[in-house]
Amino acid sequence: MKKILNSLAAIGFLFAGTAGAALAQEENHAAEPTHFPIHAPKEMDWTFAGPFGNYDKAQLQRGLKIYKEVCSACHSMNLVAFRTLEDLGYSEAQVKAFAAEYEVQDGPNADGEMFTRKALPGDHFPSPFPNAVAAAAANNGAAPPDFSLIAKARGVTRGFPTFVYDIFTQYAEGGPDYIHALLTGYDEQPPAGMEVAEGTHYNPYFIAGKSLAMAKPISDGQVTYEDGSPETVDQYSRDISAFLMWAAEPHLATRKQTGFAVMIFLVLFAGLVYATKRKVWANAH
Amino acid sequence: MSGGHSTYSPKTGIGRWIDARMPLPRLVHDSFVSYPVPRNLNYAYTFGGILSIMLVAQILTGVVLAMHYANDTTLAFQSVEKIMRDVNSGWLLRYMHSNGASFFFIAVYIHIMRGLYYGSYKAPRELLWILGCIIYLLMMATGFMGYVLPWGQMSFWGATVITGFFTAIPLVGEWVQQLLLGGFAVDNPTLNRFFALHYLLPFMIAGVVILHVWALHVVGQTNPTGIEVKSKTDTVAFTPYATIKDGFAMVVFLAVFAYFIFYIPNYLGHPDNYIQADSLKTPAHIVPEWYYLPFYAILRAITFNIGPIDSKLGGVLAMFGSIAVLFVVPWLDTSKVRSAVYRPWYKLFFWLFVINAIFLGWLGSKPAEGLYIPLMQISTLYYFAFFLIIMPVLGLIETPRRLPNSITEAVLEKNKGGSAHPAGATAAPETRG
Ligand code: HEC
Ligand code: HEM
Repeated sequence: MKKILNSLAAIGFLFAGTAGAALAQEENHAAEPTHFPIHAPKEMDWTFAGPFGNYDKAQLQRGLKIYKEVCSACHSMNLVAFRTLEDLGYSEAQVKAFAAEYEVQDGPNADGEMFTRKALPGDHFPSPFPNAVAAAAANNGAAPPDFSLIAKARGVTRGFPTFVYDIFTQYAEGGPDYIHALLTGYDEQPPAGMEVAEGTHYNPYFIAGKSLAMAKPISDGQVTYEDGSPETVDQYSRDISAFLMWAAEPHLATRKQTGFAVMIFLVLFAGLVYATKRKVWANAH
Repeated sequence: MSGGHSTYSPKTGIGRWIDARMPLPRLVHDSFVSYPVPRNLNYAYTFGGILSIMLVAQILTGVVLAMHYANDTTLAFQSVEKIMRDVNSGWLLRYMHSNGASFFFIAVYIHIMRGLYYGSYKAPRELLWILGCIIYLLMMATGFMGYVLPWGQMSFWGATVITGFFTAIPLVGEWVQQLLLGGFAVDNPTLNRFFALHYLLPFMIAGVVILHVWALHVVGQTNPTGIEVKSKTDTVAFTPYATIKDGFAMVVFLAVFAYFIFYIPNYLGHPDNYIQADSLKTPAHIVPEWYYLPFYAILRAITFNIGPIDSKLGGVLAMFGSIAVLFVVPWLDTSKVRSAVYRPWYKLFFWLFVINAIFLGWLGSKPAEGLYIPLMQISTLYYFAFFLIIMPVLGLIETPRRLPNSITEAVLEKNKGGSAHPAGATAAPETRG
């Protein structure tokens, strides 16, 4: 019995060894990459990370400005209502004025006609294109994805053992890290010999291939900041990523605050129940 | 254990009046208050209680979600987002429900492993075990259909892949698949029937849970020694002893659950499910939820034809077989000794089985290519060998360690062994517990 086991164990170890070596070999593939993204996104510092994380309102306001002035030309955000912009620190009147800068379709009116009117706080951000086909047609065949959930809809696989540590470090910022990496990743040149399809743009941080249909959307100095923050691609990318995280998870801060109270309660309660349990069992004869 | 006659004596007039007409309070008292449990149960035995509260939590959150959910392919995704954004505490409800499914499975896996370790399935508990396997199957169906409801990319493509398995069955396969889908592809009729079934199945689970607990109260619980209760000193009353211990374990379990809900609510989910379902865009890797991954690995391990069985049917048979084999475990284990505590070799193979199952889960998340395939095959082989070879053969050839004569003796021996705490600190039957 023991012998059989020893040999089984030996086979197991041998196998694990060769497997590891083979997997390691697979990683260093040359010129044509087969796994995407080519580079993992860099982990950034976010104010909303960690158990006490919260959004930085000034940052969200800058992000909104970028969305409005740049990205909204192509990307819709149709699950987000103007009224929720009050979360960013704007007053009701400011939100109303902001919404009024957009036009939405309404109707039919008394004559049965559809008409456009100024958007109200209860309306959602309107889409730049009438439908997905038009959006794709205007963008080299790839429709720009909606922004409402993009920060939760992207996440580069973390791999073993990082994904285990992520439980304890509460890493949940894969989405904003990815968006930041993508926007700042356009300046790298494709390695010699790599083919980049016509009409697409090389970006080693893109999750689904070596290049994508979106050209570098934002460059240094393109958007003016009133609060003196640096007008660089890196800063723009942080701000829009934070804003998109808010758009995808508007109740994040409430969630974490509630969580803290719940955790404190449960830990204290567990202590009390444990003390009671000790007491009860001490009397068991 | 059940044998002992009822000790319930109503103290009030109303109590006696009800007891004479419909003795429900007596039933509850006998089942959850005076019911005797072995005095040496450890925390592995608290997961039954935890599973019960998880089922109730899923039903409660689910019913409220259903009040806001729109069961239509054009509205489902938006309605779930409306829950997340606009419904009061909707984000909490939804995160409780989606993480609740995962924690339900974590609890059931620990519960099943407890059963395999302590030989809980052995006579006279075969039916109890089989009822448990039925609950597990129903849970898998419920979880799968629930995952389709938010109508994200993984909802849609997961449903497409999983219902596609059925086409591998000869003759009736296509028909079964179309019956499940309500058409030729996943679409509105699929969503409608999945929602109806997702609402129904948890109540069927609740029904089987009642049978499961009934069977348990007839044969009584096992315990870490695997020796049956022989005398009154072997047991303690359910209340307060088991209630308070179960209660403590529940609070700890809920604390871990809360950590996930409030701090990493999307950790166990897939980002693609935040993209609305699109029948024209196939995701790069279609993966089921984590709790199905070991079976997904087994499915894809069969890459070869076996005689008239092609690899696709072979994979489906292996996958269903890996669950079906659980049902016959009571008859596969030939050992006379119940608990792994006294079976050194079984203990070793058991822990290998656990590690292998986790490894299979990891493989399930990997694409079926390159080296992953032989790894999946070896792991699948061990999975089946554990049940079909190791269990029957080991029971015949293994020499178990000496068994104590009774539970009480085992407990006293242990307390003596641990005489580092002098004076036995307390005369507690299970001081470690
Ligand atoms: C000229 C139109 C246009 C503008 C302006 C634009 N995008 Fe895009 N974007 C696209 C298109 C087209 C795609 C789809 C690319 C593909 O799938 O190949 C895309 C895709 C994306 C993606 C998803 C990539 C993925 O992982 O699938 C992100 C994130 C993104 N854009 C961010 C931005 C941000 C941030 C801005 C504003 C600073 C912006 N875009 C401005 C056209 C645009
Ligand atoms: C055995 C218990 C149950 C399990 C394991 C379970 C599991 C699941 C899962 C995995 C999801 C997908 C979660 C997501 O990603 O969003 C889901 C969604 C849903 N479930 Fe359940 N569920 C259970 C009971 C119920 C009950 C009793 C109801 C009530 C009718 C219900 C109603 C819903 C609804 C409406 C959704 C869609 C909303 C959403 O996705 O959050 N569930 N369920």
